[in-house]
Amino acid sequence: MSHTEDHEGTRRDFLYYATAGAGAVATGAAVWPLVNQMNPSADVQALSSILVDVGGISEGTQITVKWLGKPVFIRRRTPGEIEQARAVDLASLPDKIARNANIDGAADATDENRALGDSGEWLVQMGVCTHLGCVPLNDAGDYTGPDGVGGWFCPCHGSHYDTAGRIRRGPAPENLPVPPASFTDDATIQLG
Amino acid sequence: MLKKLTLATATAFALTGGAAFAAGEGGHITDYGFSFEGPFGTYDEAQLQRGLQVYTEVCSACHGMKFVPLRTLGNEGGPNLPDDQVRAYAEFWEVYDPEIDDWRTARPTDHFPPSSMETAPDLSLMAKARAGFHGPYGTGLSQLFNGIGGAEYIASLLTSYNGEEMEQAGTILYGNDAFPGGWISMAPPIDDGWVEFADGSPNDAEAIAQDVAAFLMWAAEPKMMARKQAGLTAVLFLTVLTVLLYLTNKKLWAPVKDRAKKADHPAE
Amino acid sequence: MSGIPHDHYEPKTDAEKWLDRRLPIVGLLHSTLTIPTPRNLNWMWIWGIVLTFCLVLQIITGIVLVMHYTPDASMAFASVEHIMRNVNGGHMLRYLHANGASLFFVAVYLHIFRGLFYGSYKSPREVTWIIGMLIYLLMMGTAFMGYVLPWGQMSFWGATVITGLFGAIPFVGESIQTWLLGGPAVDNATLTRFFSLHYLFPFIIAGLVVVHIWAFHTTGNNNPTGVEVRRGSKEEAEKDTLPFWPYFVIKDLFALALIMVIFFAVVGFMPNYLGHPDNYIEANSLATPAYIVPEWYFLPFYAILRAFDAEVWVVQIVSFLSFGIIDAKFFGVLAMFGAIAVMALAPWLDTSSVRSGRYRPMFKWWFYLLLVDFMVLMWVGAMPAEGIYPYIALLGSAYWFAYFLVILPLLGVIEKPLQPVATIEDDFNAHYGKDDAADRGTVATPAE
Repeated sequence: MSHTEDHEGTRRDFLYYATAGAGAVATGAAVWPLVNQMNPSADVQALSSILVDVGGISEGTQITVKWLGKPVFIRRRTPGEIEQARAVDLASLPDKIARNANIDGAADATDENRALGDSGEWLVQMGVCTHLGCVPLNDAGDYTGPDGVGGWFCPCHGSHYDTAGRIRRGPAPENLPVPPASFTDDATIQLG
Repeated sequence: MLKKLTLATATAFALTGGAAFAAGEGGHITDYGFSFEGPFGTYDEAQLQRGLQVYTEVCSACHGMKFVPLRTLGNEGGPNLPDDQVRAYAEFWEVYDPEIDDWRTARPTDHFPPSSMETAPDLSLMAKARAGFHGPYGTGLSQLFNGIGGAEYIASLLTSYNGEEMEQAGTILYGNDAFPGGWISMAPPIDDGWVEFADGSPNDAEAIAQDVAAFLMWAAEPKMMARKQAGLTAVLFLTVLTVLLYLTNKKLWAPVKDRAKKADHPAE
Repeated sequence: MSGIPHDHYEPKTDAEKWLDRRLPIVGLLHSTLTIPTPRNLNWMWIWGIVLTFCLVLQIITGIVLVMHYTPDASMAFASVEHIMRNVNGGHMLRYLHANGASLFFVAVYLHIFRGLFYGSYKSPREVTWIIGMLIYLLMMGTAFMGYVLPWGQMSFWGATVITGLFGAIPFVGESIQTWLLGGPAVDNATLTRFFSLHYLFPFIIAGLVVVHIWAFHTTGNNNPTGVEVRRGSKEEAEKDTLPFWPYFVIKDLFALALIMVIFFAVVGFMPNYLGHPDNYIEANSLATPAYIVPEWYFLPFYAILRAFDAEVWVVQIVSFLSFGIIDAKFFGVLAMFGAIAVMALAPWLDTSSVRSGRYRPMFKWWFYLLLVDFMVLMWVGAMPAEGIYPYIALLGSAYWFAYFLVILPLLGVIEKPLQPVATIEDDFNAHYGKDDAADRGTVATPAE
């Protein structure tokens, strides 16, 4: 093979590689939108953070709001519920971790670590049983507060949660998770 | 053969494509210049904000925009309002919430309310639902250069009232030189100075009309910038790919064509 | 698969042999991809690849759009707006799908007229042609039903008008129309079934495309000379042909890339140019748009449909002879489907012994006139049915039928064709043997 032919061959190969490369890039660029369209759309993303007006909630009651497609319990607890939750011995809990997205992942499951704010009046948690995903009933189960207020009970397989939303008895493995939440003003909680 | 066929098809394609829009006897449409025209045009943020003000103070009395989410007012490339302003603006509206089966204050995640008046059409897509240009000779070919002209149509309509009125079947119709047929049931909605802009922009009827037309164009096609950008990128990249494929094809066929040449001229 | 002698796939490694004994798929792909292809194919032979690409593009973007679309009369329009406003890249996907349909039809019309000029429909390729016509019919059905899905004003009224055509069938028309619509008028039931069929048809088309390719891989491609590839031996065949890969794949990809440049310019800068503004108004069964016009690719046949009204003497005679069973409306429907039927029958209507239009001096001019006729019909189909337009439509329709039913059969008898070139090899060599500057178009013009 002569020198010039060799040179020619290299040039031809380069052209072929460049074309194949550009073709591959074009194909890749065409595939990405097909993948990306399955990501959450703008309307869904806009719902990833919502403001909840909690001004109308009276002591000893709760509201359920939908956030990220799941129920969130926002409860204004009575002093009795708080007191009962704080008196519990940590060692007796099946799940000793707070499960609070707002604080350190390894924090203890004390009531202070689960409630929103220092007063302990507000408890915000996902209304999804950690066993198989049912929605627990409020003011029910074996761990309700004084006068039967507070506490949750999952009717599906009988998991009992106390007035801080911690699992006490039944098949559920973990405490009810606390989602990212904060007060934007006195009467508004931001979720997410 | 190929050239003739392709050219003829291209012409027919262009002709009939446009002809599809040659609907009705359109009125006179002024070709206003808008910032979003052309392959590189973008929406003018300040103009969209003024247009939003016009929509809110004037149009929304009767019309709605039920397909436009309020949160998009904060989108870049659109009116680009800060989050707190979007929230504050949303609270201006009441919307019906089927979950609570009641009306409540709107949130940014809600849409603009629908039309409050049955005869007033929804404005979400108005700028795409009207073609301003049909020429020349009804072929619509001018749209290739002017665009379809929805925003121009809206701006022209708002400024083309000629002051005449007539009554028909109990409703008053107003003479309008831009409206197909010449008579429209919408009373003249704007006039010089009817809207006061905070930034002191001109507020004669024509300026107001253009601002709200630009806003409605954005409402109808909020992704126009993204679309043009994607189109331009694709066109440029595919041009490179075309050139590469052309060269590859030429190279690939060169030996075959060379042999053909030699075969046809054995003497050479 | 091919009747043209060529090298066949030989499994070499043990793994290849193992697979080949169980499923000879590599061999099938190999012989499909390396099929001997006439070396003198010109640029009109690219449309097959463009069409295949369109089918894939439409299926992929369609499947993706379905993930966000809601086929329900109360939500369809809003769900399209959801795609346009909220879905990541949704506006591009939808515009690609909408304009992809137009590209599909541009390509299919050029593909069909290529076949009509070069006699690709003639023996032994009749089956390829008929299957192609079936694909074309399915494409029209798919496109029509797809246009209904956004549930805009044109969707709704287009569906009303077109399904009304079936109501013109004597005696059973109304029952058929009701059966098609699932009720007395276009409504939710219509939308959901159109959605289902719009999703189904492309896959039937894909199946037919495989058969279409199978058929012409059996007969071999036609080519601009209409002369068959020599099949005496492999050596002889190789003088007339080149393997499809890489020669024609790369050539077709180049053409496809060029077309994509134009396509993306349309999608990026004027995606609504070929649509109708009224379709951005939600369907309203109480208000008809001032002016209903089908998508551009239906216009020629729409013009034929409208051309035959009760004033036309042919219609009057037919109506009289059929005791009024075939009225003007039904005649129009018959004419529209007949226009496609006569095209499908071209293999048997064309009596000429010469295949390619290149060697048919008289045919050429009639064919060009047919092209013009097609354009005129397309244009007149978009015009209102008043004034001079119905007469133009009638004249255009008459020529369409005359071309297939009278001119094609007659030409074979009265025309004296030129002597075609002896072999494809000669044609190819003659073309590239000439100096580039020499005038093309006189003798052989493979790359015109």
